[in-house]
Amino acid sequence: MTEKKARRAVILGATSAMAEQIARLLAAEGARLSLVARDPHRLEAICADLTTRGAGCAIPHACDLADVENPDSLLGTLAASIGGLDAVLIFYGVLGDQQQAEHETQHLRHIVRVNFTSAAEWAIAAARALESGDSPNPVLMAIGSVAGDRGRASNYVYGAAKAGLAAIFQGLAHEYGTTRLRVVLVKSGSVITPMTDGFQRKGLTWARPEQMAAIIRKLMDRGGPIAYAPSFWRWIMLVIRSLPHSVMKRLKI
Amino acid sequence: MTLPGFQPDETRRSWGRVQHGPQQIAIPQFRDDVAPLLRAARDAAMPVLGVGLGRSYGDNGLNLGAAVVDATRLDRTIAFDPVQGVLRAEAGMALGDILKLVVPRGWFLPVSPGTRFVTLGGAVANDVHGKNHHSRGTFGTWVRRIGLLRSDLGMVEVSQEQHPELFRATIGGLGLTGFILWVEFQLVPIASAWLEQENIPFGRLSDFFAIAAASEAFEHTVAWVDCTSGGKELGRGIFQRANWARDGRLAVHAERAHLALPVDLPGWALNRFILRAFNSFHYHANRFKPRRTKLHYGSALYPLDAIRNWNRLYGSRGFYQYQCVIPPVAAQDAVHELLRIIAASGMGSFLIVLKTFGSSRSPGLLSFPHEGTTLALDFANHGEETLRLMARLDEVVMSASGRLYPAKDGRIPPAIFRACYPNLDLFRHSMDPAFSSSFWQRISS
Repeated sequence: MTEKKARRAVILGATSAMAEQIARLLAAEGARLSLVARDPHRLEAICADLTTRGAGCAIPHACDLADVENPDSLLGTLAASIGGLDAVLIFYGVLGDQQQAEHETQHLRHIVRVNFTSAAEWAIAAARALESGDSPNPVLMAIGSVAGDRGRASNYVYGAAKAGLAAIFQGLAHEYGTTRLRVVLVKSGSVITPMTDGFQRKGLTWARPEQMAAIIRKLMDRGGPIAYAPSFWRWIMLVIRSLPHSVMKRLKI
Repeated sequence: MTLPGFQPDETRRSWGRVQHGPQQIAIPQFRDDVAPLLRAARDAAMPVLGVGLGRSYGDNGLNLGAAVVDATRLDRTIAFDPVQGVLRAEAGMALGDILKLVVPRGWFLPVSPGTRFVTLGGAVANDVHGKNHHSRGTFGTWVRRIGLLRSDLGMVEVSQEQHPELFRATIGGLGLTGFILWVEFQLVPIASAWLEQENIPFGRLSDFFAIAAASEAFEHTVAWVDCTSGGKELGRGIFQRANWARDGRLAVHAERAHLALPVDLPGWALNRFILRAFNSFHYHANRFKPRRTKLHYGSALYPLDAIRNWNRLYGSRGFYQYQCVIPPVAAQDAVHELLRIIAASGMGSFLIVLKTFGSSRSPGLLSFPHEGTTLALDFANHGEETLRLMARLDEVVMSASGRLYPAKDGRIPPAIFRACYPNLDLFRHSMDPAFSSSFWQRISS
């Protein structure tokens, strides 16, 4: 068996439940990880755990990603700390409150800034860094949402931000289509995480973060540029997108 | 009124599925999320309880009408010394997940219950035991330090040296001494993930005691007993004893279940004829099995984990588990009497276990295991009839100075519990004033 080189990955929004699960899978493969999120104590707790689980290294970097002035230079620092860059995973996001966003401009701006503007800046910077690096098979990935496939009354501000991010990823995939860089946007369905703890979780469509991580881990190697996770959401969203407005307006979904 | 950070829930049941009802649930993702949740409960004067994977059969993992903080997302390791075999991990980490980390490095849990779907916190709170009690004691015996978050004292580290009373109360303390945030414990070395097991059929109860006495050199011993046969066949069964192999193969268990029960079986499915047929079949089938086998720990220690939701076998009314331990002097007569009553009732089941506990004493004030013989079995819930049967068994246990296991219980009368656990008053001093459980409400009423 040939010794595979440890994968070097930067995870942005590393304290999210899904990010932590994918980090565990990568750690078990011996990956070298750079983890970025706001809370230093939580990052420390995750890094200690990942080290036990086999990570080549797990280096925390605490900052507010939406407030970083120069993503290119920070990415350079992060990549240097783990000896290069094979993958950048953008996992941070905020669900927000649709009602509040409709009444408070600040909240609306916050949802769009975190989920779209900031994520887009990081994605574009990361694509550049990955493509110009020494990785034989670089990957850029972000978590989108099925909410971006059709605006619905219950969460269209969040949905719009994620739809915008999907367009950025389509564009990046197109731009880098002839290079080694793989660009993948994972459209996530409903996941049982703290983000959705207040929701009524009826039905069979809810996925656990560990299931999502296993799907996402596979998508790091093949698939995309737009992938649904779990994959049945492709068909659910095909139906929802195809509903005529005359039907849609009567539905509470 | 819903407490901040909590959600209303009515879906959770005890593992025996008899007890259920509304609770407020919070599932913190990080250790620092827990303190505000305890504060919210305390400020609203609503009792709170830390819970794990819900494998307790009775009501000690529920806090009906009050609040629970589910630890299962607190599942990180904090520090692991692979040379000394010392692991410190968050309390919500499942024993099965610990095994995945430590088995490839040649370590194993010092003590494991019959399921790997138990959290570290739950293993401490119930001071669980396994097939190796006679050689390794209880889980709590191997615990070095506990990180306990109290509603009144804040974060406290407890051990034999620091706050020893609180340490002893927390081991086997049913989660009532505060929220267990992390546990540091000693692992034991293994040279293989496989066990060399011997199956020895025995025709009557006295043979069980003879074989058990002759098997003390084996790390793991347990016996399955046919609880439907009386008369001359009373107490016949299969004795299993095993030691770790030494072949150097350190493969972890498979996560996938072979079977799952997605729905409740109808209540009549386990009638006395089927049970009798099953027990006879199991006994005779094992008589002709090879005497020596080599089994992976996944099948040797966790056979039931291969069937997800096996607790639905007993139908929607659920079941009780009855587990007692009888001191050595009275063991043979008392177990004989218990088996006689159970066989005559026709209400036994197929999961009946006999085991000898060793003399090692746990530090835990309310720890269940005690030197003697332990008997455990399930009873499908047929209401009054089942409760009357268990009350008759209680009489036998109490007159033999035995005791009952709270993690399995959903109905012990308070007076009997007090008689079983003379340290109860001492224990009360160490309880967290904001904590309670359905079990505790019932016992202290």
